[in-house]
Amino acid sequence: MPNKFIIMHKGDNCATSLEEIEQGDLLKFKDDSITIKQKIPLGHKFALNKIKKGEKIIKYGQIIGIATEDIAIGDWIHTQNITSHYLEEVAQ
Amino acid sequence: MEEFMGYERPKGGIGIRNKIAIISSVVCVNHVVEQISRKVENSVAITHPLGCGQFGPDFSYTLRTLVGLGKNPNVFGTVVVGLGCENITSKLIGKQIKRSKKPIEYFDVQDVQGGTNAAIQKGITLGQKMAEEAKELKREPFDFSNLILGLECGGSDSISGITANPAVGIVSDKVVELGGTSILPEFTEWVGTEHLLMERAKSDKIAEKIKETIDTFLNNTMKIGIDFRGIQPTPGNIEGGLTTIEEKSLGTIAKAGTAQIEGILEYSEKPKGKGLWLMIEPGLDVESMTGLAAAGAQIIVMTTGRGSPCGNPVAPVIKICGNPKTCDWMASNIDIDASTIITEDKKVEDVAINLWEKVKKTCNGEKTYAEILGFEDIAIWRSTAAPFSIFHETLR
Repeated sequence: MPNKFIIMHKGDNCATSLEEIEQGDLLKFKDDSITIKQKIPLGHKFALNKIKKGEKIIKYGQIIGIATEDIAIGDWIHTQNITSHYLEEVAQ
Repeated sequence: MEEFMGYERPKGGIGIRNKIAIISSVVCVNHVVEQISRKVENSVAITHPLGCGQFGPDFSYTLRTLVGLGKNPNVFGTVVVGLGCENITSKLIGKQIKRSKKPIEYFDVQDVQGGTNAAIQKGITLGQKMAEEAKELKREPFDFSNLILGLECGGSDSISGITANPAVGIVSDKVVELGGTSILPEFTEWVGTEHLLMERAKSDKIAEKIKETIDTFLNNTMKIGIDFRGIQPTPGNIEGGLTTIEEKSLGTIAKAGTAQIEGILEYSEKPKGKGLWLMIEPGLDVESMTGLAAAGAQIIVMTTGRGSPCGNPVAPVIKICGNPKTCDWMASNIDIDASTIITEDKKVEDVAINLWEKVKKTCNGEKTYAEILGFEDIAIWRSTAAPFSIFHETLR
């Protein structure tokens, strides 16, 4: 069975899809399952946990950005709900 | 204890190849060098378009790079050929390589009676003698603390950062754990992650140097009207799933694993100790790999998504690819297939095991596809293009 998604680091709160995942798909994660809320294209991300507006989004065990709105489990994480932490804060 | 079979050099350094390097000091003798190399067994021609009229940093980059390639432990001995009127002379290069106590010969074409035909013959005679001596040397076992690994990526796609690059990171950490050395070049692709690299720096001073390197670069590009941060990630990156500059750069620096950062090297500069090092180099694959080999890397791992065939004359280059189509269409260029993470139920760790096995086999003498196909690419970074860029029509 091919992997549908990959989690880069154990502390990550998002996963990256390895194939196009359809809205409503049920994915096994740990002992639980995640319902995918929107279509996730290949290479795109979805949330593994609830992420509140202003909270950090973690991939590779590192901060890749800040949530610009509340994100639910299974939500597509893309430019509509994440912004650069580096450009907003670090590089100022 | 894990070991590899290598060639011991007089002043330390262990080779995984036993080559004769024929080096041009200047562009004008590239043909002479190529003709010599054709007749010398197990030799490589190291040619380039530089060596004359170079000044400032360009002068030192070219000199340090050519010397470094000759000093690389994969090289048994070197013949340097100059013309005689250039400023980067065969003598200058030869004398510095000589400090490694390895066989070295150098001469200028203008000092040989009989023109280039006689010079080619002279080079062949010197090179062939060296090649005979090289055959006497046998491989012996050494531990991996003797290894310097170069980390490269080229022709990346949105899959590279989640497949091949993190697999390389595991292997880089492995080499560092075994007491070896690893070098991450391409500083333009650290932008957006410098705060994370700084956290991994061995000291505050090194952390400051990381910040200063990136800040200087960003400030200088802003002076000519370019905000480098604003153009990353590109629309194609975003379509591929990347959302922020730090996410993109994290995919790149994933090749450097999680080890502590020991310091920042200049282009082609040899690491001053073991462990993970960063190198200032602007992210062009062949320039980057030339700089890594000149810094003493005996082996380079290069991740590629879209498929790059490049190699290096001195250091074997292992290609690892996470894109299923590239692994299929360019199978004769790809050593390690990381696309099994997508097509089969493989993990990054499984691919890293395969890569580590290939690294060990390559150290023991097994050829990489870039070697089999004869990719022996050289390009040397030039930085004084800046004073001349003002003449460009777009900047006048």
